[in-house]
Amino acid sequence: MAQQTTNKNEWPLWEVFIRSKAGLDHKHAGSIHAADAEMAIENARDVYTRRMEGVSIWVVESKYIHASEPGQSEELFEPANDKIYRHPTFYDLPDELKHM
Amino acid sequence: MTVDSLQEHFDDKVKREVTIEPRDWMPDDYRKTLLRQISQHAHSEIVGMLPEGNWITRAPNLRRKAVLLAKVQDEAGHGLYLYSAAETLGSSRDEMMEQLHSGKAKYSSIFNYPSLTWADMGAIGWLVDGAAIMNQVPLCRASYGPYARAMVRVCKEESFHQRQGFEIMLTLSNGTEVQKKLAQDALNRWWWPSIMMFGPPDDNSPNTEQSMRWRIKRISNDELRQRFIDVTVEQAKILGLTPPDKDLKWNEATGHYDFGAINWDEFWNVVKGNGPCNKERLEARKKAWEEGEWVREAALAYSKKRSERNNKISAKAA
Ligand SMILES: [Fe+2]
Ligand SMILES: [Fe+2]
Repeated sequence: MAQQTTNKNEWPLWEVFIRSKAGLDHKHAGSIHAADAEMAIENARDVYTRRMEGVSIWVVESKYIHASEPGQSEELFEPANDKIYRHPTFYDLPDELKHM
Repeated sequence: MTVDSLQEHFDDKVKREVTIEPRDWMPDDYRKTLLRQISQHAHSEIVGMLPEGNWITRAPNLRRKAVLLAKVQDEAGHGLYLYSAAETLGSSRDEMMEQLHSGKAKYSSIFNYPSLTWADMGAIGWLVDGAAIMNQVPLCRASYGPYARAMVRVCKEESFHQRQGFEIMLTLSNGTEVQKKLAQDALNRWWWPSIMMFGPPDDNSPNTEQSMRWRIKRISNDELRQRFIDVTVEQAKILGLTPPDKDLKWNEATGHYDFGAINWDEFWNVVKGNGPCNKERLEARKKAWEEGEWVREAALAYSKKRSERNNKISAKAA
């Protein structure tokens, strides 16, 4: 994701998300400049899907993306660190046990 | 965190090959060096469209024309991937354009050579894209995330560029005497400039060490150059063409090709702006930018008008 620097004549910046094939999530591909959403989709098509990399495109004006602070990553993500009992491998069960 | 501990954290991440992302703390010099490197790379992709664009309308048949068009379009895409990676470091697109047009920013010197014949389309794809690939593959592991991801995308697309160029060379070398001569002539003119694409020799490349430590350069200029020569000389044999270097010789002891002295005066002269096409390339870019200005303005005005109209309609509906 790029930071938009304010420059009055520059077309706004958009983040591009692409679904690479039916059934998969849209994934961030990069950013582009465009005057409006319609142009953003067309530009994203030309820039990010020249080789059938996508079947669907989302564009979001970059200024509307809110992101977590890298400095807060400890408080946000560390609480999950010591909860390994949330994973199935935490439970030591007999080998004879099937289909579980 | 204090600056010292931020620096320590950054150094540690780079060392452990954890990528640095746009919102992470980074030293000013790292940001500046990266910005210079990425924007320079983006400019090279964009200016690099010009020598090949020169031949699109004169491609010998429809297949070659479609291929060349697709290749040049890819280069535009590469420029755009890289500009947006550079923008994550805090520079605006317009700023970078301004720096290219004023001559403050550089681009690869190779594009200041003219493309004189159709065979040059072969030599450029084979040698220039070949050298670019050699340079770019290690950068897919660069420490800065947006740059590394852009390079992955670029490298995926480059392989077709080199193969289509080699195919042109192959067709010409298997053709008539005249065609073969064209191919050899193109090789003669593009060989040395391609070898110079790897930049000055290591002992004259003062920033290499720092860039290697930051992992925004992964392999030294001389090492990449040697790799390129080793593989390309073998490829020339398949074409039955001879690189224009009488000192080119296989060295059993080193397991590499020895090669002749590189004319670094020529290199620096082109860097300084005195190559055969420096002026023409920059003029072409500036002209495109200036002539596109009304389009950029009109699109903005149109989108503003439309969103105002939409606002009015929804205000009425409410
Ligand atoms: Fe490229
Ligand atoms: Fe290329």
